[in-house]
Order: sequence, then C-alpha cells, then structure tokens
Amino acid sequence: MRVKFHQSLDELKERLLVMAGMAEQAIQRSIEAYRTRDLSICELVLHSEPAINRLEREIDQLALDLLAMEQPMAIDLRFILSVIRINADLERVGDQAVNIAIRVREMGAFANIDLPVDIPKLAEMASAMVRKALQAFIEGDAEMADSVFLMDDQVDKMNDAAYYALSSLIKEKPELTPQSLNALIISRNLERVGDHATNIAEDVIFWVRGADVRHNATPAV
Amino acid sequence: MGVGILVEDLNAWYGSNHTLQDINLHIPANHATALIGPSGCGKSTFVRCLNRMHETNPIARATGVVKMGEVDIYREASPVEIRRRVGMVFQRPNPFPTMSIYDNVVSGLKLNGFRNRRILDETVERSLKQAALWEEVKDDLKKKSGASLSGGQQQRMCIARALAVDPEVLLMDEPASALDPVSTSKIEDLIFQLKSQYTIVIVTHNMQQAARVAENTGFFLNGKLVEFDSTHKIFTNPHDKRTEDYITGRFG
Repeated sequence: MRVKFHQSLDELKERLLVMAGMAEQAIQRSIEAYRTRDLSICELVLHSEPAINRLEREIDQLALDLLAMEQPMAIDLRFILSVIRINADLERVGDQAVNIAIRVREMGAFANIDLPVDIPKLAEMASAMVRKALQAFIEGDAEMADSVFLMDDQVDKMNDAAYYALSSLIKEKPELTPQSLNALIISRNLERVGDHATNIAEDVIFWVRGADVRHNATPAV
Repeated sequence: MGVGILVEDLNAWYGSNHTLQDINLHIPANHATALIGPSGCGKSTFVRCLNRMHETNPIARATGVVKMGEVDIYREASPVEIRRRVGMVFQRPNPFPTMSIYDNVVSGLKLNGFRNRRILDETVERSLKQAALWEEVKDDLKKKSGASLSGGQQQRMCIARALAVDPEVLLMDEPASALDPVSTSKIEDLIFQLKSQYTIVIVTHNMQQAARVAENTGFFLNGKLVEFDSTHKIFTNPHDKRTEDYITGRFG
C-alpha cells in the first residue's frame, strides 16, 4: 500500500472541497447582494477573491507535486487530472461571483426597479448544479454527475428567457437600460456558473468511469 | 523481422507448484509487449516458456501450445533452434568474463558453427550498432574484456550478443532494473528502435518503463494472466479491479 500517497490524495480532495466551499459562498453572497442591494456584501465578495486565487495555486502545486513525485496511474491519475480541472472551474465560479458583485454595485446607482427576470431563482438553479456536481465528486458518483447535465438545459433556458425579456424591456423603456443591461450580464454570469458545474460533472465522470464525455464526445478513454 | 507469438492453454509447474495457469494470449509481431505483476506472479516463468528455458530445470514442466509464427515450439522445433530464434536478456548483465567484447558478441554464432571471419566482423559491427554501443567500444573490441565495461554498456553488449544470432523475438527479463537512469534510458531507447525489427517481450517491475516502451501490457497475478490490453488502456483505465489495485499501489 502506498499509504503516504493515498493520504496526499485525501488531502488534495479536502483542499478542493475547501475551495468549493469558498466559491459557493461567493456566489451565494453575490446573489444576496443583488437581492438586498447591500453594497457591503459586494465588498465581502470582492475581498474573498484573492483567497480563492491563492487556494487555486496551492491546489495546483499539490497536484503537480503528486504527478511529479508519485507518478500516479489509472484512477489516481484521472483523479488528479480531474482535480486540476475542477480547481480551475471553481476559480472561475469565484470570478463570476466577483462579476456579479461589480454589477450589483453599479446597479446601486440607479433606482431599484422590478425587472422581468428572476435572478435569485436562476442563481438557486446554478448553485444547485454546483452543489450536485460537487456532491458527485465527494461520493465518486458518476450517475449523480450525469444528472447535472439536465439541470444545465434548464439554466440555459432561463438565461435565454431573461435575455428576451430584458432586451424587450430596453426597447420599450430605454430609460431602464442600465438596470436591464446589468441584470442581463448577471444572468449570463449565472449561466456561466452552470457551465462550470457541467464541466465539474464531466470531470467526475472522467475520474470515476475513465470516459471523456466533454463536448458530447463518444467516450475516448 | 519479428514474428507473432500465440499462446494457448499454457500451464507450467515447478514440482507440484502450478506456477502458470491456463495462459492464452497473442503477442503481436514487431511490437514491444510488457509483462507486469508482483514478484512470484509467474511473469518470468511465462517468458522462460517462450524460449523453452523453463524445461531446463529438472522439476519443471509445461503443457499447452506456444507458436512462434507458424512453428509450435514444443512440438516442431528443438530447444537449440528455438533459442537461436529467441534471444534473451536478463536482469543483470551476464558477459562471459574472460572473453573480449568481440568474442562475447559472436559467442552465439560460434556455438552455431560460424567461423567465417568476414561474417563475424560484420555481425559484430551490426549488432553493436543496433545495441547503440558501437561508437563507445569500436576501438577496443578485442583489447577489452566484456566484463571491463560499465554495467549499462555490459547490458547493451548482452543485447548485441542476443541480436548477433539474428533472432525474431527478444525476451527481456527486467533488463534495466540493475542500471542507473542514464543507462536505463539508453536501453529504453534501444527497445523503441528494435521493436520495428523484432518482437520484444519485456518483463518489468517499473510500470513507467512499461508505459514508455510497450504498446501492449499483460498483468499477471498468482500464475494467471488477469488482463492483457493496450498499454494505454492498462495504465489509464484498466478493465479489471485487480489490475487497477496493483498499478495504483493499493495491493496487499
């Protein structure tokens, strides 16, 4: 048994879950900021980004060390490659949270009007995708990861609906363009969060089954 | 050129110990095939069955079919003929210590009755070039003994000796395990080059080495061939849990 190596793999997994927690929290806070228009929460999101970036580098370094020093094979090799990719996706989720926080801050300069888009609902759906993909990662459950893909279709539809509703509003009431555009970008940011969750689910499937399902590909491994 | 090896229902025993059980596989011609598995799993016994060395032990026996190309080596060929067609390189270099480099390389040919000086000279040059040793020893062929070379050079000389008899198959039983990393890379480069001309079967405990040099890999465990597949498949996503446990170090 390669005890030390397997302890290091456990440590890598734990670090990634800490990263996941930080990215999830950043998204939740950014949506809370949107809902309440509380600019102090926007600042919290912006201040959390350096910590996420720092942890991303630490996880990459740990993964790189394991690749170089332990020459992992098969499921261990796939696990480490998956962790590297999931790590990058979580960092991008953190970036989306920052983007949302910046938009909310800009929206603060305008009246808080009722827009024809349910951003909290879209955010809840995108966050649920991230949670489910990470739960699949925690449990090594490829079937659970499969279910994330269906949720992505729903998020895409909600984003499309937001696009049409907000672009119509801009045509009808040009004076609401700033708020509408910011909401449109936030909707797009959340749709991207859903895409990152999809990537994470694909990486879980690659780790567990050894199948590359990205871009609707026939499994290549 | 190399020939394919077809193994059907191969069983081998040392006394009452059933060391190989119902082995079936096809080793393709002009490829390198790696055999991996824990110590005592039967991989070396398997290799020794491919050139009929297994039967040199008085308590050993084997049943089944091993076909080298079209020839059933246990029924249609003598052990001497088979060992000419199948070269072997061992874990530790085994030069004949009192012989010069030249005589080491041609020892197999001389045993087979070749005496023509021109042919022997040509064979020495060709074999040492194939073994990537020519440039290092060409000026000392008859001056230096084989044993005076470094470990890595000795091993390449032993490979040249195996190649000198123009075999179709080259069996290598952990050929680099006693060598430093530089010598190991030279042996691996050599395997990579030689496989276009010979069928190579390499037993190794170094899984990275198997991954680097072999197109196909077989995993042996407790005398059985658990899995045989492309090296890529074995090292990225093996079919059998036992293979995965072994290569990821979750074994035992």
